[in-house]
Amino acid sequence: MTTDQLVEAPTRRRRGLDVRYLPVLGTLTVVILMVVIGGALYPNFLTPRTMGNLFINNAHLIVLAVGMTFVIITGGIDLSVGAVLALSSIIVATLLQAGWNMWLVLPIAIAAGTLFGLMHGAIIYYFRVQPFIVTLAGMFLARGLCFLIAPLSIPIANKGFDRFVGWRIKFGDFRITTAVGIALIVVLVAFLVLHYTRFGRTVYAIGGSEPSAIMMGLPVTRTKILAYVISGTCAGLGGVLFAMSLKSGYALTGVGMELDAIAAVVIGGTLLTGGAGFVLGSLLGVLVLGLIQTIITFQGTLSSWWTKIVIGALLLIFVVLQRLLSRRRA
Amino acid sequence: MSERYGHDRRVGLGKRITSSNLFWPLVALLALFVANTIASPNFLKITWLDGHLFGSLINLMRSSAPLMLVALGMTLVIATRGIDLSVGAVLAISGAVALSYIAGAPDPASPATVAVAVLIALALSAVLGLLNGLLVAVLGIQPIIATLILMTAGRGIAMLITGGLITTVNSAPYKWLGSGWLLGLPVAGWIAVVVFVVLLLLTRRGALGMLIEAVGINPDAARIAGVWSRLIIWMVYVLSGLFAGMAGILSSADVMAADANNAGMMIEMDAILAVVIGGTALSGGKFSLSGTFVGVLVISTLTLTVTMLGISPLVTPLFKAIIVLIVMLLQSPRARTTFEAWSRRTAFRKKEAVA
Repeated sequence: MTTDQLVEAPTRRRRGLDVRYLPVLGTLTVVILMVVIGGALYPNFLTPRTMGNLFINNAHLIVLAVGMTFVIITGGIDLSVGAVLALSSIIVATLLQAGWNMWLVLPIAIAAGTLFGLMHGAIIYYFRVQPFIVTLAGMFLARGLCFLIAPLSIPIANKGFDRFVGWRIKFGDFRITTAVGIALIVVLVAFLVLHYTRFGRTVYAIGGSEPSAIMMGLPVTRTKILAYVISGTCAGLGGVLFAMSLKSGYALTGVGMELDAIAAVVIGGTLLTGGAGFVLGSLLGVLVLGLIQTIITFQGTLSSWWTKIVIGALLLIFVVLQRLLSRRRA
Repeated sequence: MSERYGHDRRVGLGKRITSSNLFWPLVALLALFVANTIASPNFLKITWLDGHLFGSLINLMRSSAPLMLVALGMTLVIATRGIDLSVGAVLAISGAVALSYIAGAPDPASPATVAVAVLIALALSAVLGLLNGLLVAVLGIQPIIATLILMTAGRGIAMLITGGLITTVNSAPYKWLGSGWLLGLPVAGWIAVVVFVVLLLLTRRGALGMLIEAVGINPDAARIAGVWSRLIIWMVYVLSGLFAGMAGILSSADVMAADANNAGMMIEMDAILAVVIGGTALSGGKFSLSGTFVGVLVISTLTLTVTMLGISPLVTPLFKAIIVLIVMLLQSPRARTTFEAWSRRTAFRKKEAVA
C-alpha cells in the first residue's frame, strides 16, 4: 500500500499546495500570530517557561483531541471523553490510595477508557443508534460511576507515582514533563497510524463515504468500532495525565472537556462531516485554546469569562471560513 | 399475505400498544411512579392547602417546567435533523438579562418593570436563536458545531452581563412567575402546559408539523416540493431559543437569582435525552411532542426518585444512563426487527401446533 503513496505524492506536489492542507495552515498561522502578538505585548510571554507550560497545562487535552480526531474523521462524535477522563483519574487515585502497585493501576485506568470505547462502538454498530446519543449515555454512565466510586476529591500520595510524575527533560527553562512526553508520543503514534497504515486510510474512507467504503470491501465495522476504542483509550490515558498534573482524583473534573476537545479538533481543520482532517491540526487546535487562556491570564485585567467568548468567536470564524472554502471547492 | 393481515387485525390492539413510540417511555414513567409510591406512600397524594393544590406531583409539575420548555423546542430542532446545544447558555443569558434589568430598574416590584424585563430577555433569546438559525440555514454549518459556538461563548456572555456575580433581586411579580400559583396549580407548570398544547395544535392541526417532518426527512426534496426549508429551519432555532429564554426566566424566578455559571448546566443534554426517550429519532423526520412530554416527566421523576430512595443525587447520571440505554436499545431498529421476527416465529409455531 505504501507504493501508492510514493506514486501519488509527487503528483500532488506538482499541482502546488494541496488544498487539503489549507485549514491546518490557517490554524498554524493563527498559532504563530498569537505567539508573536503575545510576545510583543508581554515581556515574559515568549519565554521557554511559558511555552513549556502551554504544553504542561494542556497535555490531557492534547490526548483527548487526538482520540476525538479519529472518531470525527469517521463521521462520528464522542461526547463521553470528559466524563471518562474523570472516571479514569478517580480510578488512579482510588487504587493508588488503596495501596496498589502503580504499574498495575495505570493500565487498569486506561483499560477502563478502552472498555467504554468498545461499548460505544459496539452499541453504535450492532444497534444502529447515533453516536451522539450513545456517547451521551456513556457520558452520564461514566459521570454517575465517578460519584458512585468517590463523591469527594481523593488526594494521591504515592512515592512511586510522584517519582514517575516528577521526571522531566530540561532544555534551559523549557521543560518536558512525563505527561507532556506521553502526550507527544501519542500524537506521533496517532500521526503514523492515521497516515501510514491501512487502518488509517480506512478511517478516511469511511468518513468520505461509508457506502463506498463498504462496497470497496473495507473492514468498516472493525474500523468504526476501533475508532471509538481509540477515543476511549485516549480518554482513559487523558485521565491518567490529569491525575498526574493534579495529584488527585475528583468526580467533577472534565465537565465540558469533551466540547473543548471537539472545539480543538474543529479549529485544527477537521471537518465534522468526516473524511478530512489531521492529527497535527488537532494539536495546533489545542495550542490555540491554550494560547487564548495564556494571553488572557497575561493580560490580567480581563476576566476569565473572556476566554470562553474568545474561543466561541474564534470557533465561529474558523467554521465560517471552512464552510466558504469548501463551498468554493465544490 | 391476506392471512397475515387477518392475524394482525385480531391481535391489533395489543400490538398497536406495544409498538407505539409512547409505550416504553410510559412503562418507564409508571415504574418510577411505583418505585416512588413504595419509597414514600404519600407520593401520589394531592391535597388542597392555602388555596392551591399541594403534593409531590404538583412539585414535579413545577420543577419539570424549564426542562419541558427546552425539550419541546429541542424536539422541533431535532425533527429538522438539527440539534441545539446552546439552550443551556441561552437559558443562563435570559435569566441574567431579566434579573439585571430588574435590579437596575427604579421600581423592581412593579409589574411593568417585570413585563419589560421578561420581554427583553425573550427578545434576546429569540435573537440568539436567530443567529443559530443563520449559521445552520443560510451558511449550511452543521447544527452541532453551529450551536456549540453559542454554547461556549454564551456562558461567557452571561457572566459579562452579571459581572461574574450571582445577581439577586426582590420582586414579587417576578417571583410569582417561578413559584406562584394560578387556579390552584404552579404558574411555571401552566406555562409549560400551554406551550405544549399550542405547539401540539400548531403542528398536528395545521400543516406545520408535516412541513417540519418533510424538511427533516429530506431537506432538498422538501425544497423542490415547495417547502421553504430555510425558513422552517430558521423558525425551529428561533423557537428553541425563545423556549430556552422562557425556561431561563422560570428557573431564575424560582430561586430569584441568576447564576451565569451554573444555571441550566447540562440542560441541553437532559433535553436531548428526554427527546430520545420520547421516541424522536436524532436522524430527523418524524417527531413526537407527546413523547417528549413523557420523556421530560421520566427524567424529572427519576431525579426525584433518586432523592426519595435516599441515594446521593450525585449518582443520578448513572440512572439516567441506564434508562436511556434501555429505551434506546428497545427502540433501535435492530431490536425491533429481532423482536418482530421472534413474535412472528412464535405465532407461526402456534399455528403449526394447532394444525
